[in-house]
Amino acid sequence: MIRLKEINKTYFGAQPLHVLKGIDLQVNEGEMVSIMGASGSGKSTLLNILGILDNYDSGDYYLNGKLVKDLSENEAADMRNRTIGFIFQSFNLIPFKTAMENVALPLYYQNVSRKKRNELAMEYLERFGLKEWADHYPNELSGGQKQRVSMARALVTQPKVILADEPTGALDSKTSAEVMQILREVNQSGITMVIVTHEKGIALRTNKIIHLKDGVIENIEINNPDSIDFSKEIK
Amino acid sequence: MFDFDGLKEIWQTITRNKTRSLLTAFGVFWGIFLLVILSSTGNGFEKGLMMQVEGVTPNTGFFFTGQTSEPYKGYQKGRSWSMQMADLEAIREAFPCITAISPEASLWSSEDKNVIYGSHGGSFTVKGVMPEYNDIYRSKIMKGRYINPTDIAAHRKVCLVGKKVYETMFEKGEDPIGKMLKVNGIYFQVVGVVRSFTENVNINGTIDESVILPYTTMQQVYALGDKIHFLAFVADDDTPISSIEEDIKQFIKQRHDIASTDEEAINSFNVSEIFKAFKGLFLGIHILIWIVGLGTLMSGIIGVSNIMLVTVKERTREIGVRRAIGAKPKNIISQVLSESLLLTTLAGLVGLCIGVGVMAIVAAIVAANPTDNMMFQDPNLGFGAAVAATVIVIISGLLAGVLPAWRAIQIKAIDAIREE
Repeated sequence: MIRLKEINKTYFGAQPLHVLKGIDLQVNEGEMVSIMGASGSGKSTLLNILGILDNYDSGDYYLNGKLVKDLSENEAADMRNRTIGFIFQSFNLIPFKTAMENVALPLYYQNVSRKKRNELAMEYLERFGLKEWADHYPNELSGGQKQRVSMARALVTQPKVILADEPTGALDSKTSAEVMQILREVNQSGITMVIVTHEKGIALRTNKIIHLKDGVIENIEINNPDSIDFSKEIK
Repeated sequence: MFDFDGLKEIWQTITRNKTRSLLTAFGVFWGIFLLVILSSTGNGFEKGLMMQVEGVTPNTGFFFTGQTSEPYKGYQKGRSWSMQMADLEAIREAFPCITAISPEASLWSSEDKNVIYGSHGGSFTVKGVMPEYNDIYRSKIMKGRYINPTDIAAHRKVCLVGKKVYETMFEKGEDPIGKMLKVNGIYFQVVGVVRSFTENVNINGTIDESVILPYTTMQQVYALGDKIHFLAFVADDDTPISSIEEDIKQFIKQRHDIASTDEEAINSFNVSEIFKAFKGLFLGIHILIWIVGLGTLMSGIIGVSNIMLVTVKERTREIGVRRAIGAKPKNIISQVLSESLLLTTLAGLVGLCIGVGVMAIVAAIVAANPTDNMMFQDPNLGFGAAVAATVIVIISGLLAGVLPAWRAIQIKAIDAIREE
C-alpha cells in the first residue's frame, strides 16, 4: 500500500536541516503501523510526506501503486481526498459547522449531492455512537466525541489509508483507550493505518512499530497487541 | 460553483461574524447610497435648470446695431446706422443654414397706462416680430394664433397679448379674441394670447408682459421706417451659430459700408455659448459627483478587501484543514471571491434600493409642491446610471476578493495544521 524508497528531505532555513536521510519503508495493505520517535526525529515530516501535504527532495513514494511525485495541487488534493483519511491531534474540526456538516465536508469536495452526503455522514456518526450529536457544534462536544467526529470525517470517503498524527495526544487515558479501540476496529475492516505517536502505550496497540531517530529508521519492531494486557496502562 | 451548497457555505461564513460583516458591508452600502443621492440630485438640478431655458432654441444668435467706430468710404466715425428689411432676405439667401430669422423692435411705455381696453388699463412693452420669431424664442399659445405671414404682408392691425396683459386687461374667463385693444393710442384686434415657457429668460422684456404686433405693422404705425435695430436668427443643428456669426457680421458690414475691422458698429451674442456653459457646468458636476461617489465606494471596497484579508488570516487553520481533506485551489479561490462578491453585491444593492427609494420620496415631495420657478425637478438616477452602478458593484466585489483569495491559496495545509 505504501512504499518509500530512499526518501530524503532537507529544510533549507538559515541552517539547512537534513530531516529525512534515506527512508525505506513498506506498509502493506491492512497493516496497522505506528511511527515512534523523539521530537526532531522527523516523524511529523514523514507523516506529511505520506499525506501528500509536503514534498520530498529525492527518492520515490508509491501510494496505492501510484508514484506520488511532482503532483499538481489539484492532483494532490484529489488523491488526499479519495485515498487518505486524516486524524489530527487537535481534531481540526471546523468550529462553525455541526458534527454532521464536518463529517460531510470531504464529500462536498467530491461533488457528492447534499442529500447523499448527509446520509453518509449520518451513517458514520451512527457507527461511532454520535447520532444524537449530529446537530451539535464542536464546542459542545467532549474531546473523545470530537475525535470520533474527526474519525468519521476521515472514513466517510472510504479511504485506503488512515494517517493519524498523535490521535490521542489531547485525550485522557480512558478516552485514548477507547479511540485506539475504534482505530483497531477500523483497521480490522481492512483499512491500512499509520499512527504517529510518542506514547509507548499507543504504539503497543499496533502490529508494527517503526522507530525513527535523527532521520533514519533505527529499527522495526514486530508487535502483537493481543498478547499485551492493557489493563495495566503504561502511560 | 454558485449552487445552493456553495451559497450556504458562503452565507455561513459571512453570518459567522455578523457585526463585522455588517460594518464591512456598510462601507460599500454608503458609497453606493451617496452615489445615488448625489447623482439623482445633480440630475434634478440639471432638469430644473434646463426647464428654465426650454423656450429658447439653443442655436440662436442675436445682432444689434451700434455707432461705427472707424471712418470708412468717406463716412465719419460715430455714424448711427441700422439694418433694413432687405437685409433679411439677403442674409437668408447668403446663408442657407439659417432656418429662422426675425427682427425685433420694442417700445417701452412712456406713459402711465399705454394699453387700454374698456375701463382697464396697464403699462406694457410693445414688441414687433415676424412669424418666425416663434421658432427662435418659443412661447406657448394659450388662445388663438401667432402672428402669420398675411399679417406681415397686409400690415394688419392685429396683436398678441401676453398672459399678464390678458389677466390685467380682461375679466376672468372673458374671450379676448377679436376684441379691440388700444395700444399707444391706436386700436389693434387681439388674435392670440401667449405665455413664455419660463420667466427666467427674457429678451427685451418678458413675453408675458408684452403686446406683440406684426413687425411691418409696428414699423408703419410707430414710424420706424424700414429700420431694424435688433435681429435674431437660428441656424440648423449642424451649424453652430458661433461658426457663422462672424461671417454674417462681415456680410452686413459690407452691405452698409462699414469697415470690416469695426468692432462696435454691430454687436452680437449667442445663446449657444450660454447653453454650452450650462452643459459644461453640469458635465463638471456629474464628473465630480462620480469621482466623490466612486471614491467613497472605493474606500468601502478597500474595507471589504482589508477585512477579508483578516478573515483569511484568522481562518488559516480552517483553510488548511479544507485543503488537507481535499479542497482544490479553485474551491478556496471561489469561496473567498464568492464571499466578497456576495457581501459587496448585497450591500451595494441595498444601498442602490434605499438611495432610489429616498430620492423617489424627495421627487414626490417636490412634485407635490409645484412652484412657477422649479429649479429642482424630478431627481432620479436614470436607468443607465443604475445599471452602471450595479456593474461597478459586482466588478469591485470581485476585485476586493482577489488579494484575499490569493493569500488564501498561499496557505499550505501543512502550515495550517501544524501544532502550535
